[in-house]
Order: sequence, then structure tokens, then C-alpha cells
Amino acid sequence: MTTTLAVQAAQMLLVLGLAPLLVGFVRKVKARLLRRQGPPLIQPYRDLIRLLRKDLVLATSASWLFRAIPYLIFAATWVAAALVPTFATGLMFSWSADLIVIIALLGLARFFLALAGLDVGTSFGGIGSSREVMIASLAEPAMLMIVFTLALAAGSTQLSTMAEYLASGEAGLRFSLGLALIALIIVAIAENARIPVDNPATHLELTMVHEAMVLEYSGRHLALIDLSAELKLLLYVSLIACLFMPWGIAAPDAGLEALLIGVIAYIAKLTAVGFLLAVFETSIAKMRVFRVPEFLGVALMLALLATLLLFVSRSL
Amino acid sequence: MHGLNFDIAHLLAGSLVLVSFMLLYQDRLYALLNVYALHAVVLALSVAWQAYIQGAPHLYITAAIALLFKAIVIPVALHRMIVKLGIHREIEAVGGIGLTMLLGMGLVALAMVVTLRATEGAGLLAREDLAFALSVVLLGLLMMVTRRNAVSQVVGFMSLENGLVLAATGAKGMPLVVEISVAFSILIAFIVIGIFLFRIRERFDTVDVAALDRYRGEHG
Amino acid sequence: MSFDTVTLLFLIPALAAVVIALMPGSKLSAYVNAGTSFLTFLAALSLLWVDRPAPGAYVLVDELNTIFVVLITFVAFTTSVFSATYVEYELEAGRVTPAFLKLYHALYQVLTLCFNLALLSNNIGVMWVAIELATLTTVVMVGIYRTHAAIEAAWKYFILASVGIALALFGTILVYMAAEPVMGAGLNAMVWTNLVANAAMLEPAMLNLAFVFLLLGYGTKIGLFPLHAWLPDAHAEGPTPISAVLSGLLLNVALYALLRCKMLLAGNPEALAPGPLMIGMGLVSLLFGAFMLYRRRDIKRLFAYSSIEHMGLITFAFGLGGPIANFAGLLHMALHSLTKSAIFFAVGDISQVKGTQKIADMGGLTSTNPLIGWGLVIGVAAIAGLPPLGIFTSEFLVVSTTLAKAPLLALPLVLGLLVAIGALFLQLNRIAFGEPRGANHKVKCSYVPMTLHLGLVLCAGVYLPASLVAWFHVVAKLLG
Repeated sequence: MTTTLAVQAAQMLLVLGLAPLLVGFVRKVKARLLRRQGPPLIQPYRDLIRLLRKDLVLATSASWLFRAIPYLIFAATWVAAALVPTFATGLMFSWSADLIVIIALLGLARFFLALAGLDVGTSFGGIGSSREVMIASLAEPAMLMIVFTLALAAGSTQLSTMAEYLASGEAGLRFSLGLALIALIIVAIAENARIPVDNPATHLELTMVHEAMVLEYSGRHLALIDLSAELKLLLYVSLIACLFMPWGIAAPDAGLEALLIGVIAYIAKLTAVGFLLAVFETSIAKMRVFRVPEFLGVALMLALLATLLLFVSRSL
Repeated sequence: MHGLNFDIAHLLAGSLVLVSFMLLYQDRLYALLNVYALHAVVLALSVAWQAYIQGAPHLYITAAIALLFKAIVIPVALHRMIVKLGIHREIEAVGGIGLTMLLGMGLVALAMVVTLRATEGAGLLAREDLAFALSVVLLGLLMMVTRRNAVSQVVGFMSLENGLVLAATGAKGMPLVVEISVAFSILIAFIVIGIFLFRIRERFDTVDVAALDRYRGEHG
Repeated sequence: MSFDTVTLLFLIPALAAVVIALMPGSKLSAYVNAGTSFLTFLAALSLLWVDRPAPGAYVLVDELNTIFVVLITFVAFTTSVFSATYVEYELEAGRVTPAFLKLYHALYQVLTLCFNLALLSNNIGVMWVAIELATLTTVVMVGIYRTHAAIEAAWKYFILASVGIALALFGTILVYMAAEPVMGAGLNAMVWTNLVANAAMLEPAMLNLAFVFLLLGYGTKIGLFPLHAWLPDAHAEGPTPISAVLSGLLLNVALYALLRCKMLLAGNPEALAPGPLMIGMGLVSLLFGAFMLYRRRDIKRLFAYSSIEHMGLITFAFGLGGPIANFAGLLHMALHSLTKSAIFFAVGDISQVKGTQKIADMGGLTSTNPLIGWGLVIGVAAIAGLPPLGIFTSEFLVVSTTLAKAPLLALPLVLGLLVAIGALFLQLNRIAFGEPRGANHKVKCSYVPMTLHLGLVLCAGVYLPASLVAWFHVVAKLLG
């Protein structure tokens, strides 16, 4: 009992700890690809600590919601990130790790973030919120179709079950899963505000989405929101890793060696995906905002097609 | 569940449907021709795989014809024609691309349902192949209906033919007669396409079929 | 000996096409065309007397297609005679160049070859190939005038015909897929006689799906509503001999293909009954064609819609089934071929005399050119179904069977026929009677084909030889 609790707690702390490191790694690789030195790997930690020490600066028109939202977002995102299997499946809380629950938690976080953008009443916040919701209105259906595809294949929406099914190799070479993977990558890019949908490093008002919503935040609020964004990226990367790169994941009730192997495999997967993300972001330009719906439409179509094809081949 | 043979056939046929969707998504003429070449390559691979698992060596010939003519000769020839005739290179679509995609999805779903209901008794591979083939045919028809540029209508028709070739190879053991005829139709379609594109360009200064509508004669 | 006849039917047109294409100069091409068409007709006639070969893997000769072959080669021959004189005039008028003339005649022979191939084949794949080649040939021939309207018509025809061909091919593949588990893979499963013999064992759902596609595909060629959109333009803008070929020949060959498919489906009791579908489409085409006859301003377009109406009636008759309706359908098909081509011959003459195809610019033909004018009057009377011309017999038979079998359907049927009669006579009045209008050029076409056809139709109305009637009865029974 205590061991399972300890393992679950270890997962929760692991994701919290690794999230800034992942972002730092991506930034470093991007810089190196652009032939710059780049910030050190632990720079995000330093940024967080710096922000935590600073005073809050609140606009006079900010409401109580404005002050509460960062905590809400952080709580929702951390819970969601902690539920995704990273190095082991079948952990203590995995019965609640339903993919639809995770999407709901992320949706909740997004809702509050959009509210925060609108709360203070500036136009930048308004732009950011409206764009964010536009992207969400296409990304969520695509995500749900992806979930359907995976659920049809694995027979359940529980992440642990899915990961075990895909790890066992019963799935074989499924075309629908390939389509679902591509759709998931597109949705992940859109949700995490990476290039080509949004530039995480920009502060130009014409191109901001995520940054626009959090423009008014400072101090520990901003620290929490930054950490939530990093957690969200880690969540999506872990999702892709546990579903489509299931090698090395420890089975439930495995021994310590299996868990350690799982952790090492997980870190290796994070490194690989982070590297690919950096390469992808460097090699492609950001899209104009009105083309983003087409981009997400592609994800929706792919996911629909994947569901349809899987449905067909299952009824044969 | 299903063997590796089935999975790869499923993969290739599904890719063909995916590339048909890509054809619908294009809005520039050169890109359209390139995607059509990809369509033909995927078709050739699919036919070759069917030849392998059915043990029907004459299908390799069909695959080679598809690869040579449809993936290389025809796109190159169309490309040259477009350059020579100076055809306007943006494709105007009737209705938005989003709506077209949704209609395409609906047609694919329809094709799946219809073929699965109608082919209860046939073999697994054949049913699957027929469902995908009908989807490609219907998507080709959709493309012909929603495009106003004559070249893109012709590309739509050729992708429809690709779907037919897929259906014919899935039907186990269909004699060479039909394969020759399909190859024949490529040649003749090519000749006719060439003649008409030249004439259309000669007579009108555009290949936009909306310009043809002025000469539609009395309505009805 | 008998097998050679069939080979001759393929060989003569093929050789003729090659000869015409390679001949230097184009003056003789028209005569070669007409001559070889006559030879082909003679070969087809001989099929009536020689021993019938057993159905092979590729060739089948039975009562049904013998009639068709004789009819088609006859109309092809008379049309080639008509077109020999017609295109000479067009050459002088500058609407075609000599090179295109050669192409036209060579393609005409290719077309005859394709028709023979389609009619005599026992293999559903070969039948499809032949009809497809025939369609593509006519597409090129329709577009041979290089006017805007001709190119638009030819392009529309090409697109619609290609879609029709593709759907028909899909139907053919489905038939093969239904047959393959029962009859084994390979050539055997595509032979029509074997398919019909085993029809009851084929999977019904797949046959249904196949028939739907075949009906849509070949129905496009027949010109059934709503797949008819290519027909009026192709008839109006192509050369007149091609209008005669399309109406008189291609529509019939496509109908033949549909009949073969219908016989296949009828052999399986669990499959969809093909009758109601054909009745439905036929009736709608009939009414549509009839109503569209009013308000037409171009003479060729007028008669194109009349073709749609009559093909609808024929499809209706075959859909109804039973010995009398099938007999009526066969008779109507033969007579419609003859009458419609005669009308188009007359129209060709008229368009050369008046220099236009617009009805508003022509009038009083019976006073200015009595032979053509009265020829047209008799032709229109025939196509409208007046006694004593032959089509009255077949229409009467169809109406009486409908009253007997499905009385409710007789109402729209008779309505359509009456509407058509009214429209045709209204238009005829404008063209043939009244004050002479429009130009009056000298004409160079031969009148022989038109009078020959009309004479045959008149004969058929008054007296049908007993052997012919017996033959039709046998075929009607075959059709089920």
C-alpha cells in the first residue's frame, strides 16, 4: 500500500520537476540549431524562482477571479499531468486516469485562462482569449475523435489500459493509429502554443495567443502560469510517448528495477521528442492566424478518417 | 487479429483514400499535379502488394503501367501543357474547402456502409479493398463536381480511374482483359485530354469551365 | 463457316479504318466509308441464315443480338451514305478541313467496329471496353467543328460519359466479384452465358449493388433522366450524321448492354427486381422529354429531347416485362432507330437549305422544298406515333399492356405521349407549314436514306412479315 502510494507520489513529483527541464532542453536545442549558445538548461527553474520572489502588480480593475485563476490552472494541470502514465502503468490513481477526464481538466484550465485574459479588460487579453477559444473549438473535437479511435482500438478510455494494449503489440501495424498519431501531434502543437500555431517566444501583439492572455500577470501568479504551461507540454509529450512509444514502460506491481528502467526510458523518450520538437519548430515558419483553422481542420479530418477506418476494419 | 498481409493492404488502401483527401485540399495547380503523382505511386504500391499476396504476376504489369504512365508521364505532360498554355494557376473551388472535406467524409462513410452491407459473403481482403476503392471513386467524383478549372476536373477523373483500378485488382483473379482496358483508357483519355485542352485554350483564353457556360445553348 | 461471319464483322471495319487513315487525300474516304459499311451490313445479314456458333468465351450470337447487329449495321450504312454527301457540303462551306474529314471517316469505321464488338461479345468486360471506346470516339467526332459551342458540348459529353463509363466499370467489377466465389476466378466468371446460368447462386446483395451501378453507368449512355444532360448539346452541336449515329445507334447499344444486365439480375429471385427501377427511370425520362419539347428553339435540340422521351418509353416497356411489353420494346427500338435517323437526315438537309438550326428562321418548307418538307412531316408523324406508321403499333402495345398490368401507370404514360404529340405538331407547324421564312440555299444531300427509312417504317406499320414477328416473340421470351 505504502509502496504504491510512494510510486504514485513519485510520479507526481517527477512530472513537476521535469517540466521546466523539458522546456529548457527544447530552448537549448533550438538555440544550438540556430548556432547560438542558448540559455543554460536550468534557466526555467531560475526564472520560476525569480518570479516567486517578486512582488505582485495587479491592475485596479482585476477581480478576485484574477487572483484565484493561477492556482486553479496550476491545480488542474498538475493533476492531469500526474495522471498520465510516465514510467509505469497501473498506478494507484490510474483508475481515474481516463483520457476524457484529462481532456476535461485541460479544458477547465483553458477556460479559466481565457477568463483571465478577459478579466482586466485590456484589448490584448481580449485578442488572446478569442484566438485561444477559436483554436480550442477545433482542437477539442479533433482530440475527442483521437480518443475515440484509441478507445475503439484498445477497448477502453482508461489510459493505463490503452498503454498496456499498445505496449503488448496486439495492435499490429494499424493505419488508423498512424493517422491518430499525426492528428495528436497537430493538436499537441496547437494546444501548447508552439510554432506553427503560436510562437512561445514572441511578444508582438499581432501574433500572440497564449502570451496575450497572461500579459497582465506578474510575480508568483506568473510563475504558476508558466509552470502550468510547462506541465501541459510535458503532459502532451508523455501522452504521445506512453501511447505510441510504449517501450520500457513498467507493468503494474513491478519491482524496483523495472521502475528504474521505466524512468530511464521515460527520460530518453522526453529527450527524443523534445529534440524532434525543437527541430520541427526551427524548420517551419509560423502560420498566419486565419490559416490555423485549416491546419486544425486537417487534424480533425485525419482523426475522423482514423475512426471511420478502424470502425470498418473492426466490423469486417 | 488480422495477418500482416491484411494490415499492409489496409495501410496502402487507406493511404490512397488519404491522398484523395489531399487532392481535394489543394488549391494550386502544380501542387495538385504532384499530389496526383503521389496518388499514382500509392496505387502502384497497392497493386504490387496485391500481386504479391494473391500470387498473380500479371498484376505487376498493371502496377508498372500505373507507375510509369500515371505517376510520371501524365503529370509531366500536364505540367508542360500548363506552362505552354499559360493556364491560370489558382484553382477556384465551388464551395469552401472545409465544406468539401466534410462532404468527402460523408461520402467515405457512405461507401463503407454500402460495401460492407452488400458484400457479406466475400473474402475479407476483397471487401476491404472494395470499400476503399468505392471511397476513392466517390472522392474523385466529388472533385470533378466541385472544381471549376478543366485541368483539376481531369485530375479528378484520373483519380476516379485509380479507384477503379484498385477495385479491379482487389477482385481476385480478374482476367487481364480489364487491366488492358483500363490501361487503354488512360491512353485514350490522355489523347482526348490533350485535344480538348488545346481546343479549349485556343477558343477561350482560359481553361475555366465557367467561361464555357456562356455557350451552353438554351438552358434546359 | 459461320464463325468466320463474326470475324468478318470485326475485320471489315478494322481494316477500313486503317485504310482510310493511311489513304493519301481525302476525296475517296467518304466512298470507302460507305462501301465498307455496306459490306458490313451484308455480313450481318448473313448471320440470319448461317448456323449459329456455340457461345464461346468471347463471342455470343443469339436471337437478341442478331436483330441488333442487323439493325445497327443497316442504319450505319445508310448514315454513311448520307454523311458522304453531307460532309462534302460542309467541306465546301469551310466548316471542316480535309484532314478532319479523313479522321471523321476513319473514326466512323472504328465506331462500327466497337458497336459490333459490344453487341456480339459474351464477355461483360469486353462489352464494357467496346462501349467505352465507342463513347470516346463519338466524343471526338462531336467536337470536330471547332466552334465554341461544339467544344463546350464535347467537353460536357466527355465528362459525363467518362463518369458513366467509370460507374459501369465498377458495376462490372462487382458482378465479377459476386461471381468469383461461385464460378472460380478467371475468365469463366466474366462470361455472360455462364453468369446467367449460375445467376441464382450469386450473392443477391452484391448483384443489387452491381445493377445500381450498371443502371447509372449505362443509363447515362442511354440518356435517362437525370443523367441525360449531355444529350441535347451533343446532338445539337455535332455534325448531323453524328446526331443520327448517337440517337439511332449508340443509345441502342447502351440499351442492349442494360438489357443483358437486366437478364442477369432477373435470373436471381432474391435480388432486387430490376423492373420497377427501369419503369421509374423510363417514365420520368418520358415525361421530362415530352415537356421539354415545348419551347425549344433549335431544331436538333428538339429532336434530341424526343430521343430522350422515346428511350424512356423503351426502358419503361422493358422494365414492365412480359411477352407483349418486350415485343413492343423491341419493335419500338428498331423503328425509333430508323425514324430518328430519317428525321436527322431531313434536319441535315434543312440546316443546309436554311443555313441555320434555329426554328425561328425556318418556315414553309413544304412549299419551298417539298421533298424535304413532306419527308419531315412524315417523320414527325411517325415519331409522334400516328397510324399507320410503325411506331403507333408499338406505342399501342405498350399502353395496352400497362393498362392490363399496372393501370395507374398508364395515366402518366398516356399523358406523356399526348404532350409529346402536341409539342411535336406545334413545332412542325412552324417549320413545315405557313409562310416561307429564312434563306434558301441549294442542297447537295442525298434523299435516298431518308426515304428508305421512312418507307420501311411505313411498311412496318402496315405489314410485319410473320418470320420477323416470330423472331421478336422468341427474343421477348428470352428477355423474361
